[in-house]
Amino acid sequence: MYTYNDFDKSFIATRNAQFRDQVERRIDGSLTEDEFKPLRLMNGLYLQLHAYMLRVAIPYGTLNGGQMRQLAFIADKWDKGYGHFTTRQNIQYNWPELRDVPDMLDALAEVGMHAIQTSGNTIRNVTADHFAGASADEIADPRPVAELIRQWSTDHPEFQFMPRKFKIAITGSPNDRAVTRAHDIGLRMVEKDGETGFEVIVGGGLGRTPMIGKVITDFLPQEDLLPYLESVVSVWNQIGRRDNKYKARIKITVHEHGIEEIRRLVDERFAIVKGSFSGVDQVRLAEYKTHFAAPDFTVKSEAVFKDAYHSDPIFRSWADTNLSAHKADGYSIVSISIKKQGDTPGDATSDQMRLMAQLAETFGHDELRISHEQNVILPHVHKSDLPALHAALKEQDLATANIGLISDIIACPGMDYCALATARSIPIAQEIATRFDDLKLEHEIGNLKIKISGCINACGHHHVGHIGILGLDRAGVENYQVTLGGDHTETAKVGDRAGRGFAAEELVPAIERVVDAYLDLRTGKDEEFIETYRRLGLAPFKAALYPEAQADAA
Amino acid sequence: MTILVTDTGFTADTWDQGYTPFGEAANDVVSIDVPADTNPADIEITPTLKMVRIDFPSFADGRGFTIARMLRLAGYTGRLRAYGHVISDQYAMARRTGFDEVEIHQDLAARQPQEQWKFRADWKDNDYQDRMRG
Repeated sequence: MYTYNDFDKSFIATRNAQFRDQVERRIDGSLTEDEFKPLRLMNGLYLQLHAYMLRVAIPYGTLNGGQMRQLAFIADKWDKGYGHFTTRQNIQYNWPELRDVPDMLDALAEVGMHAIQTSGNTIRNVTADHFAGASADEIADPRPVAELIRQWSTDHPEFQFMPRKFKIAITGSPNDRAVTRAHDIGLRMVEKDGETGFEVIVGGGLGRTPMIGKVITDFLPQEDLLPYLESVVSVWNQIGRRDNKYKARIKITVHEHGIEEIRRLVDERFAIVKGSFSGVDQVRLAEYKTHFAAPDFTVKSEAVFKDAYHSDPIFRSWADTNLSAHKADGYSIVSISIKKQGDTPGDATSDQMRLMAQLAETFGHDELRISHEQNVILPHVHKSDLPALHAALKEQDLATANIGLISDIIACPGMDYCALATARSIPIAQEIATRFDDLKLEHEIGNLKIKISGCINACGHHHVGHIGILGLDRAGVENYQVTLGGDHTETAKVGDRAGRGFAAEELVPAIERVVDAYLDLRTGKDEEFIETYRRLGLAPFKAALYPEAQADAA
Repeated sequence: MTILVTDTGFTADTWDQGYTPFGEAANDVVSIDVPADTNPADIEITPTLKMVRIDFPSFADGRGFTIARMLRLAGYTGRLRAYGHVISDQYAMARRTGFDEVEIHQDLAARQPQEQWKFRADWKDNDYQDRMRG
């Protein structure tokens, strides 16, 4: 893992002192509310429906036990004893007082963390594959590059007052777990003739105008990355629309100018910008790679694991859903579900955080990840330690065996917290999860991604859910639109809108009808929901969603 | 009356030759006023050009930072001034993107006195760009 050096520490200390000063200057009137707003946002502080909200960066989703324990400490000391993990690998505190926020930032700095550029019209916290450095299918660990991007983008003087936010994601695996095609810039590490580089995707995004990103260059040499990123963002900062915030994101700029014109402008700018980089970033990158060296994997017997797998059905069920293939023999990647049916997706209590910190230290080479699917990952656990790990997780309600299943739902905070929301998301997620748990159908249904957004801004990624749910306000009443067939992976696709929306109380039965239709239509248990959908299209699912239309037509 | 801000704080304006609007500049122009929506590639850097003043219609509009950076990368070495609604919290950004100075109106100067600007006169310190670019 990356460890802060003296420069990083000095930077954070100075930055926090500046923010402390900005809070005081807001209070004494030196800063107007309008002027203070982007300053607090670029330090992670939102004003929400009921209170301020502090969004803390977990860069590329990687943290250690000490950092997780500090997140728990902050939750207890300045919030209500819990935090919410987000789809961009951040953690949000929902109830801080403005006057406490500078102290919270100092507490983060103690463990090499910050909240910089988790909001505002800036380059946001860079996200990455949550299995980076552990998965069996990886070309290279993307995190050293992600750290380089973090440093380049942090406090970048040209890019603090842009038309809108700007999100970058990176993956080092052909199986895209970082949703790169739905980011302003998506980076896929690729190899060409033995050289490492990137496929650069630009102009993806969800929100009210969902777009799948377009490839602007299919091979960018590694050493050109920062000047190229800078050229893309610089061009957009100059020509991106500032007259309408809904048309400000780069996806609209690319749409309006065309990818060829954007490519021409970027290439032209790159020719100028490239010269301002001496190449020292590549020296730093080589150093950062050593920070992310794989731990010393041990070789030991897997007998304990095999025994537990055969004798304990609860452990077996958990192992079948929550483990992923690791690159090292005898190891597994463990996904800890913080989606227990009926709980708020992504919320973890301080006790749960402390337990996960301790388990990472005891069994997981002191490393944790936050996934964009709002779960916590222990990337390196030896199989022989899994039974003990599972037993410990059970004590804090963290052993739910539902990764990738219908109750492993992405949901934005919705109207329970968010000032932008038009409907509730969390209660919908809770009802769906509880319903299918009661039916004992979850494992029968298999891999199925439900994603819920409480407004058109699509923080819950509903466009790319196999089943997407969008909560809207229709004349003061919550109404939920359903999209089907979305895909968040390397074969990314925006889902198809099924038809009229549903009232809150109609929604869960409607989802049940879609799932029943799938169970009827699939060729067998090995055909997942999304595969059946691709084979048959919208029609049979639409018929299941709207039986009254069938009745009318008959 | 406007106030000029440099690393030493507030000073009286030392430029007395006025400005030619960008669109009306001839080959021998000495100083130009550049609106925020200007394409930096369209600004011709002539031997006579000594002062470029870039407008910030709102502090939330960061296009001026890109124009300044591109002008410097294109080889402009004359005076470069940010003008308008720039707040003291942006002083380091302005200096780091290549501006020499900031020109603000008196009401802003009254609200944000020079101590608040000098607080960011340390803009050369703690700059990740130094470490990335060399």
